[in-house]
Amino acid sequence: MQDRAAALEQMTDLWPWLSLAGLGAFHGVNPAMGWLFAVALGLHRQNSRIVWLSLLPIAAGHAAAIAVVLAVFVAFGTVVDLRSLKLFAAALILGLAGYYAFYGHRHRVRIGMRTGMAGLAIWSFLMATGHGAGLMLMPAVLGLCLADPSATIPLGSSLPISLAAVALHIAVTLVVTAAVAFAIMEWFDLGVLRSAWINFDLIWTLALVATGVILVVA
Amino acid sequence: MATWRPDPSFYPSPRMAAKAPKETIAYVAAFDPDRQRPDAIAVVDVDPTSTSYSQIVGQVDMPNVGDELHHFGWNACSSCLCPNAPHPHVERRYLVVPGLRSSRLHIIDTKPDPKSPRIVRVIDPAEIAEKANYSRLHTIHCGPEGIYVNALADRDGNAPGGIFLLDHDSFDVLGQWEMDRGPQKLAYDFWWHLGHETMITSEWGTPETFENGLVPEVLLGSKYGRRLHFWDLHKRKHLQEIDFGEEHQLVFELRPAHDPTKAYGFVGCVISLKDLSASIWTWYREGGQWAVKKVIEIPAEPADPDLLPPVLKGFNAVAPLVTDIDLSMDDRFLYVSCWGTGDMIQYDVSDPFAPKETGRVRIGGIVSRATHPKASNGALNGGPQMVEISRDGKRVYFTNSLYGAIDSQFYPEGLDGWMVKLDVGDNGGISFDENFFVDWPKSHRPHQVRLEGGDCSSDSYCYP
Repeated sequence: MQDRAAALEQMTDLWPWLSLAGLGAFHGVNPAMGWLFAVALGLHRQNSRIVWLSLLPIAAGHAAAIAVVLAVFVAFGTVVDLRSLKLFAAALILGLAGYYAFYGHRHRVRIGMRTGMAGLAIWSFLMATGHGAGLMLMPAVLGLCLADPSATIPLGSSLPISLAAVALHIAVTLVVTAAVAFAIMEWFDLGVLRSAWINFDLIWTLALVATGVILVVA
Repeated sequence: MATWRPDPSFYPSPRMAAKAPKETIAYVAAFDPDRQRPDAIAVVDVDPTSTSYSQIVGQVDMPNVGDELHHFGWNACSSCLCPNAPHPHVERRYLVVPGLRSSRLHIIDTKPDPKSPRIVRVIDPAEIAEKANYSRLHTIHCGPEGIYVNALADRDGNAPGGIFLLDHDSFDVLGQWEMDRGPQKLAYDFWWHLGHETMITSEWGTPETFENGLVPEVLLGSKYGRRLHFWDLHKRKHLQEIDFGEEHQLVFELRPAHDPTKAYGFVGCVISLKDLSASIWTWYREGGQWAVKKVIEIPAEPADPDLLPPVLKGFNAVAPLVTDIDLSMDDRFLYVSCWGTGDMIQYDVSDPFAPKETGRVRIGGIVSRATHPKASNGALNGGPQMVEISRDGKRVYFTNSLYGAIDSQFYPEGLDGWMVKLDVGDNGGISFDENFFVDWPKSHRPHQVRLEGGDCSSDSYCYP
């Protein structure tokens, strides 16, 4: 009876879901995660349908990047205790944050303005993977999967939870991406980039650091 | 250091960049043809409301002599706003200044005081040879993968020349750009169509064919460059070569349309072996390939052989020698420098296949020696050469030196440097600003001009 009450309390604990949604909004609003590319392709091909069509492969690539990370961690979680898993995730995330802080964003550019939908999905996958978008969701997902740090993740319950986590995150990302793209297309022009494009790279790096710290202390 | 908002000089589109504020200073590369004193980047006041308008108000000397400063560029520009590889919080702050002869690369900080820039890093030729296998550094463009530098030769001074990359934060040499260069050997200029993922490169020759002046046998044998090369910008792979044919020599400056949706551009060919004429060609897409068409031919002018330098005496004519061209931000006007005859010609290229002449001024020139209202000496030498247009298209600046060893072949009595400015009418037409004439200090000759905040050959754009 007492166990049931505790479980219920855990279920109603909304913060992991809120944080998944919040991070979805954060990823969606970042120009480097896709809405700007979609708008650019629409402008370049003088076809606003391209903007909306482009959002789908961008969302798919983002979702795939996150799903891969979650799958790897849930798989490890079934054999490694949660405490070690969290520390491992924290080390990865802080390492990535350190890399961005010191080396910035140096990488080959492989996808350009003539890309098709498949290229766009790959671009979005690489962007989300390279920037640790999936890793950023770890505290929320691990929190949902299990509260007992000495145990391993029960596979049966964690799979649906992880899928739900990806679905919620990607739904919010897609809605926000579409909303920003719509606002730019309808109400602003791209001149707004000159003042409104704040340094998301810096915020992103700080978010990675915060994620790492949460994993260590929580 | 990364900024919080994008650099104010970055514009998403050429349309927006054309509304940028007027430039107040220009940076000009200046070299000592005798290689006795250090070359310099001079700062010229181009603010008409300033008391030092049309004067050199600052200068940064290179640490060595004999670099032969030529072209240069910015560490970052509007292409940083591109959606596929954005890095908008880099500052446009550093001038990347190569020595064409020395292969030394200088990084010059234009902050905190834009009028007294200072050198913050010098990259030795040995480091570039080691990491990129290139020498004779020529043109600089900021782009999607950092700073692109092209080189006219490999480390030993032979073909192939090519392109290498510099990191736009640390300025470390990242290595050769090409992954598959195909048949490309010679190099001169390069630029791209970001919207069409295409790099274009042109051709001059290897150092032994120009460092002591143009070699008549090489020219008459059509052994200088005459080809354009088209590359996949992201795969870094050679796609197509277009040979202009034996008649055409020295295919130089590349000016792609600024509008990223357009897939055409202009290139100048210095000389025809048939009749000494110069020509402008348009490249464009045709049937899934790139193609070229000659759209302007500028004839040689008959001249008294007594007035001609030895290289031209036998021809009884002065060649126009189109050595630089520049395209306005709205892709409407093309400016063509005729270094031989002394003409600067403005064409309306709204229809890129049917240019219409809309303006012409003459200054200097091998035979004409045309003067300028503000020049004290009545007969100017040298001719219109490196030309730069303000982003709003209202002002055009140019200088008169081509390359030390070639200056003396066409202007054998010596070349006195100058820099002038044209005002542009609303619907075309050009005239000298009578208050702007920089009588260049005799120790040096001026070459490329870069304008504060960017100009019409410094930035590329991803949005129309």
